[in-house]
Order: sequence, then C-alpha cells, then structure tokens
Amino acid sequence: MSLAVQTYSSVRDASDALKPDGICYLGGGTLVVRAVNEGDVSITGYVRSTAPTLQTIDITEGRATIGASVTMAAVLGNAGLAGLHPVAKAVGGPTVRNMATVGGNLFAPAPYGDFTVGLLALEATVHGADGESPIEDFLAGRDDRRKRGIVTAVSLDVPSAGVLRFLKVSRVKPRGVSVVTIAAALALDDANKVKSARIALGCMADRPIRAQAAEQALIGCKLEKDDIRNAVAVIGEGTNPITDPVASAWYRSEVLPVHFSRLLLG
Amino acid sequence: MARVPVQFTLNGQERAEFVESGVTLLHALRDTMGDTSPKGGCQQGACGACSVIVDGELRLSCLTLAETCEGASIETAAGLASEGVLHPLQRAIVDGFAAQCGFCTPGMIMAAKTLLDHTPNPTREDVIEAISGNICRCTGYEPIIQAVLKAARSNSQKAG
Repeated sequence: MSLAVQTYSSVRDASDALKPDGICYLGGGTLVVRAVNEGDVSITGYVRSTAPTLQTIDITEGRATIGASVTMAAVLGNAGLAGLHPVAKAVGGPTVRNMATVGGNLFAPAPYGDFTVGLLALEATVHGADGESPIEDFLAGRDDRRKRGIVTAVSLDVPSAGVLRFLKVSRVKPRGVSVVTIAAALALDDANKVKSARIALGCMADRPIRAQAAEQALIGCKLEKDDIRNAVAVIGEGTNPITDPVASAWYRSEVLPVHFSRLLLG
Repeated sequence: MARVPVQFTLNGQERAEFVESGVTLLHALRDTMGDTSPKGGCQQGACGACSVIVDGELRLSCLTLAETCEGASIETAAGLASEGVLHPLQRAIVDGFAAQCGFCTPGMIMAAKTLLDHTPNPTREDVIEAISGNICRCTGYEPIIQAVLKAARSNSQKAG
C-alpha cells in the first residue's frame, strides 16, 4: 500500500499537518511503516519534518537534550551520553538502531520501547511542539495526538556512570524481543543505603510503567539479599503484563522478581 | 495514487525515476529499478533480508520510504561484483558454503560489508553483533561468521 508523504521544514507546520485522523508522523519508520506493511489501514498518510533541531544532541551543564529524530546509533556515537549506551544498545539489531529514533521509541508499544524504560527511570522530560511534560504524564496520555502535537525532544540530567542499572531479558541472543525490561536509577548515601530510587518496567503493561511500591520499599536498604527482600516482593505491584508469542503474562509476572533481584545484586 | 520523482545514486550510477508516493525503498529498487538483490522477507524489520547501505549506514529497505532517500548514495549486493570478479565477501560466502537457500545472503553480505567498512579487522563478537539483525534459517550462522572473518583476513592481506 502506498501513502502520501508530506515533508515540512518547520516543526510547527508538521505538527499542524498531523491533526487529521489517520495521518502519522514518520520518524525512522520502524513503527509506522511496519504497521502499514502489516496492513494497518487506519494510517492514511505520513508527515515528517526535516527541521535540524530534531536531529541535535545538546549537553549543557549536565543536562542533555536529545532531538526526537536522533537515532539509537547516534546516541551510541555520543560519548557524553555514555550512561545511556547500555539502554540504546538494547534496542533491536544494528540496522534497527540506525533507523529507530528517540522520539519514536516513546510511542513503541510493549514489548518494544526499551529506551523509554531507561528514560522513565531517569525522570526525563518530553518536549513537544505544544509544550513539555514529565515523561510519566506523557506516557499516560501518549495516544491523544490532537492534544500533544509532535514530540521534538527529550531532556534529562546526564546520568553518571553506574547510576542507572539496566536489564533487558530476552530469549534470543544477542538481540531478541524483551521478556521484561528493568531500569533502576538508584542513589546511595555514605553508608551505601538507598536514599532515592526510581524504577521503571517494560512489558509489565502496554507501556513502560514505574514500580512505585518497590521504589519505596528500597529506601534505606543496602543492596544486599536480605535487605532487598521486601522490595523484590512488591516489584509486581500494579503491573498488568502483556501476553505475546515471547511470553505469557503469567510467565512475565513469575520471572520479574528474579530478574529484579539480580539487577539489584549484580 | 500520485507518483513522485526520486533521484539517488544506486551502486555508483545516477538514477532518477517516478515512484508511487509512500512506496518503500525495497519496492522502488525491485519493482521500478530492476535491482532484485534486496529481498522482501518479513516486511517488519525483523529478518534483515532487505538490508541495503544508505550513505554508509545499513538500513532496512522495507521500512525506508524511497522519497526519504532523495540525493542519497545507495549500495546493494547487486553492485558488489566488479567486472565479473566477486567481492571478497561474496567469494568467502561461496567458498565457505555459507549460503544454502540464499534468501538471506544479500542482506547478510551488506551487513557484513558495513562492518568491514568501519572495522576492517573485526573480532568474532563484532561479526555476531553486526549480523544480529539478519536471520538465516539454513546455515546455523557459523559458516557465515567464518566467511566474514575470512573476507576480513583476505582484505587485510591485500592491504598489507
């Protein structure tokens, strides 16, 4: 099936052109063109923007702003974003990483969207043509295109090495679809006890979610087997895992505590 | 459906054609430009059989729209042999029996070529990572990995 492509140099024009039903924003193509190839007749046309700002990575005073059209390969090629490299590398194989964009990943349905799991744990902000919002709010309302306009960038405090613990569990090595993805941004005090925790989960709902019960249970704990027991016990609280050909919801629920525990102790 | 002009370099030759708006690069190459080396496998970005090199980067032609390649330089497996002489990767694949049904081979070769263009002396792990987006259901991958390593050695011997 062939569809009309509208290309705009301005973000605002592209955002306005996106308003009619059926028109989808074309980033790297790994989601939208894939859906069209699969026979999704609800998509009636593409809009894209060639605005240079969408392809820019800016790091100023410890704050990174990553344009929505920046690819996973470009993130991996930026030494200033080393803390995000394990997350970007978890996305697809090398060819997909050359195409998949940071903006597109925000819309990837489970079991995809691993980069967004990392962004959620790192408390990123999503910038759009019509304003900005915390990533958690953005994810909750991401299906409402009319309200939000196109995404232009994400920004976040550049994570220092070791701050973000990240694990993507898949059955096919080296690159497979996620069974469960876990990202944990932990800060420890001088006694090596957790003073703040932000934990995000992929595949445990239709989009990345936070594990707030586990976050609270981790406060004041050392990352030792006995100390983390309560947090591990509640990691599945509030989740509604997906079932797909890779794993059932039951299986994902069963293995989540195991992998969460390994992530904390590893 | 409206037809739109696209112009790019395909295996070193300037090409200008009219294609249907929104058509994928895979279909433009195969149906309009007569280059059937990229294969249409899953059409979902999962199998890698359609892999081509666009401006030096490996891309999935089934998920790339032809219109977004305006002015680009595109390489496919059909352009690798020169004056009847196979590219070292093609030679190594043939010599090492690394193709069986052959459907994945053009995409696999382009993935390997991208690797060798950037990393002339790859490790085994580099090769595995480079072809990790390409599926082969015949060979079990080992002959392909060995062929890529052999082609790399052959290239470095020539360079040396």
